Amino acid sequence: MCRLFAITSKTPLSPMVAIEAMDVMREGHDGSGVGIFLRDLAGPFEDLKDAPILSGIFTEAGIKRLDRHMMDLGFMTKYKISIKVPKVALPGTPRRDVYLIRAYEYPEGWDALPQQEIYDRLVRIRLQLRAMGEEQEDMIVFSFWPDVIMIKEIGDPMKVARHLNLDRKELHARVIMAQGRQNTNYAINLYACHPFFIQGYATMTNGENTAFVPIREYLLSRGMLGYTGYQSDSEVFTHILHYTVQHLGLGLDTYKHVITPLQDDMLEAHPNGRFLKQLKHSCRPLTTDGPNCVIGCLPDHTLFMVQDRKKLRPGVVGGKPGCWAFSSEICGLDAAIPNRDKSKDFQPMHLDTTMVGPDRQEIATCSQTDPLRLPR
Amino acid sequence: MFPDRPITPSTLSVKDLPWQIAWSKDKCTLCGRCTAVCPVHAIELGVFRKRVLNTSLDIAAPPSNAHHVYHGIRQKTDPAYACIGCAMCNLVCPNDAIMPMRADESDKLRYHINRGGSPRSRGGRRNVPGGLLDQIKFIRISMLTDPALDAGRHEFELRTLLGRVLPPEENIRFYKENGWMPPVREIYPLLIGGMSFGALSPNMWEGLQMGVAYLNEELGMPVRICTGEGGCPPRLLRSRFLKYTILQIASGYFGWDEIIHALPEMQEDPCAIEIKYGQGAKPGDGGLLMWHKVNNLIAAIRGVPAGVSLPSPPTHQTQYSIEESVAKMIQSMSMAWGFRVPVYPKISGTSTAMAVLNNLTRNPYAAGLAIDGEDGGTGAAYNVSMNHMGHPIATNIRDAYQTLVKVGKQNEIPLFAGGGVGKNGNLAANAAALIMLGASGVQVGKYIMQAAAGCLGSETDRCNICNIGLCPKGITSQDPRLYRRLDVDKVAERVVDAFLAFDTELKKIVAPLGRSTTLPIGMADALGISDYHASERLNIKYVV
Repeated sequence: MCRLFAITSKTPLSPMVAIEAMDVMREGHDGSGVGIFLRDLAGPFEDLKDAPILSGIFTEAGIKRLDRHMMDLGFMTKYKISIKVPKVALPGTPRRDVYLIRAYEYPEGWDALPQQEIYDRLVRIRLQLRAMGEEQEDMIVFSFWPDVIMIKEIGDPMKVARHLNLDRKELHARVIMAQGRQNTNYAINLYACHPFFIQGYATMTNGENTAFVPIREYLLSRGMLGYTGYQSDSEVFTHILHYTVQHLGLGLDTYKHVITPLQDDMLEAHPNGRFLKQLKHSCRPLTTDGPNCVIGCLPDHTLFMVQDRKKLRPGVVGGKPGCWAFSSEICGLDAAIPNRDKSKDFQPMHLDTTMVGPDRQEIATCSQTDPLRLPR
Repeated sequence: MFPDRPITPSTLSVKDLPWQIAWSKDKCTLCGRCTAVCPVHAIELGVFRKRVLNTSLDIAAPPSNAHHVYHGIRQKTDPAYACIGCAMCNLVCPNDAIMPMRADESDKLRYHINRGGSPRSRGGRRNVPGGLLDQIKFIRISMLTDPALDAGRHEFELRTLLGRVLPPEENIRFYKENGWMPPVREIYPLLIGGMSFGALSPNMWEGLQMGVAYLNEELGMPVRICTGEGGCPPRLLRSRFLKYTILQIASGYFGWDEIIHALPEMQEDPCAIEIKYGQGAKPGDGGLLMWHKVNNLIAAIRGVPAGVSLPSPPTHQTQYSIEESVAKMIQSMSMAWGFRVPVYPKISGTSTAMAVLNNLTRNPYAAGLAIDGEDGGTGAAYNVSMNHMGHPIATNIRDAYQTLVKVGKQNEIPLFAGGGVGKNGNLAANAAALIMLGASGVQVGKYIMQAAAGCLGSETDRCNICNIGLCPKGITSQDPRLYRRLDVDKVAERVVDAFLAFDTELKKIVAPLGRSTTLPIGMADALGISDYHASERLNIKYVV
């Protein structure tokens, strides 16, 4: 199984908080890989909120190609973090040249573009870089987005974090998501490592989505920018989230109705039953078949957790005003926020969507049987 | 036959026939039931003369002989009366004294059943046993990384949709704007395909309808049944059970006068309207109800004179192009029920199916596409059509699904597959394979006849006389002396048995794949086959 941990905190935290929680839960994952997603960044990025940050792994040749390409596009480097790779390699982890985290200044002329156009161009550039990297195996690109950093690597999370010295001030962030374990069902590939990210939406998943292939076919056939990849069956959860909220304009409370719709009798009793039945029919190929526990993050920094209908994967949410964590196991939560009121810990069941909003004041829970907050 | 008697080209011996009657003189009670029950009069009372020689050990005593007569069964060798292997004689024999046996070599009868220049016609399926569907295995078993489910205890939602499903964006927009939403039915993925009132006996039809009503109303399984082309009994048209029925319109428009006149009195909308353009068993050929079966009742429901053969034309004769044939007809039928009823075409499997499908994708009223493969059954067709015409269903449905995936409409136009599903008894496995290849549901006819009424027909050419109204089980006969053999309630009970067993088996297939929340439509990653070329063609895994 994978282990997941996410935390949202008023005070910026080191990524090591998540790594330590992951380490506490190590009996639950096989230590084969780690993915970290950082958002609402502090440190030097505090003042660079609008600058798109490129995260990825590059070879020396790859960096040179990247620089040429970005310069051609008109991007100027504003700030960069250099993660110096120790000379002694970590057993089980491939030797890398550069872990790149680089904030850029937009090219001239982009200021006048509408927001959506800028966002689409950022995705296009990320896909371009990914394609270039796959061609010559010299670049792996995880994200290219303002206020977002992603680091992924093969190996034990704690060892990788120490190896890369992630406990540094520049990487402090207010929203951190981490996942431990590499993809086991498909080929070992960093593009298969959670969390996944598209245009401000990120998710990571514990479980296996047995409906993966028809869902992938459906997402690919939408013709939507960035709906590609799918080295992991969990990537579809991110894209379905993006599709539901960004493309269809529905609220987070409908996400669960898309991935695990209610059954007939409950739909009939639901105040929005008619709408939900239509949604169930028209989004039928997006219905996942778990067991899956999904933790995700919206562009407004809301963190959430949903379970699928089978509710066979662990997941708990707890914390205190100003700091809340979403964890696969209670021991992970204990490690990150020990001094909380544990009686308020919440384990979402098969109907629940649990959220902590950008104000970080409380856990909000909505059940699938509740009326929808439809934007109408 | 005496040696000097002339023989004709069609003079056959018992040996030349496909079925030979083995009869035991020792066991026979001469009750005559076998000769009475034989639907084709292949056997008759035989009076046999036998000479017995008495030779004494005493050389002086002259040998004598005596002639005895005994009575028994004689098999006719006239091609018109050749045994069909139904074994009803065996069924009725109190002593098991008689049974048809299959000839040990290819028969000679086949060269002579075209008397008067009329080629053989029959009912049943393509006379080729076996099939590709049985070779498909389900190989993606959930092991450790995700737990396999308990088929007996877990909750499953094994429903499918029949009707045009709007893409999510349009659906939400139409919903907000109170626009027209195409009607969509949530139904059970196994449908009873079109077998007409006329092709089937009244008892069989009633039994099927009762079974379907029970499945819906007592067991909560939304099973649907298609009428086939032959209209619908007036009382059913005006009953609440109409909602479980798919009305079929085909090129003969039989029964549609009655249906149209019943429209104002209908209490419920039918489940759907199926426009039949083709049938897998006899593609490119129209329907055929031979005169033997057109009695007064059938004639009344169909609105035709009694005692005449009723061939439907191969095409809908009022139309000349795909636009007319499909678009206008779908629109007309939709209009008849105020756009509240899904209307979809059914075609026979063909290499041109993709052209039809592409046309449907551009027609917002098309509610689906049913494709009937070469192994489908029929009540009557020329042998040559059944054995040699048609397209296998597996590749046709796979191509259709992949075509829809290419244009992103795989959820918008549900595909229904038929033709040889459960041909060898493996109904759930065949159905699940077709669903995972991309079908939204499957249609069965012949299997239901076999399971619910004990049809004897086989793909090794046993019985298969559905066309002449002499069905020994009373399934496809309009003769009360024959169809009273069929107990309506028992047929209904067997329909329910068959569906419940199918449901359990389907769960036994999807549960180990880790699927329970939706029907695994297009889940081709779960399929494997040991035939390399088939795997390449179907785009599924090659496993050995």
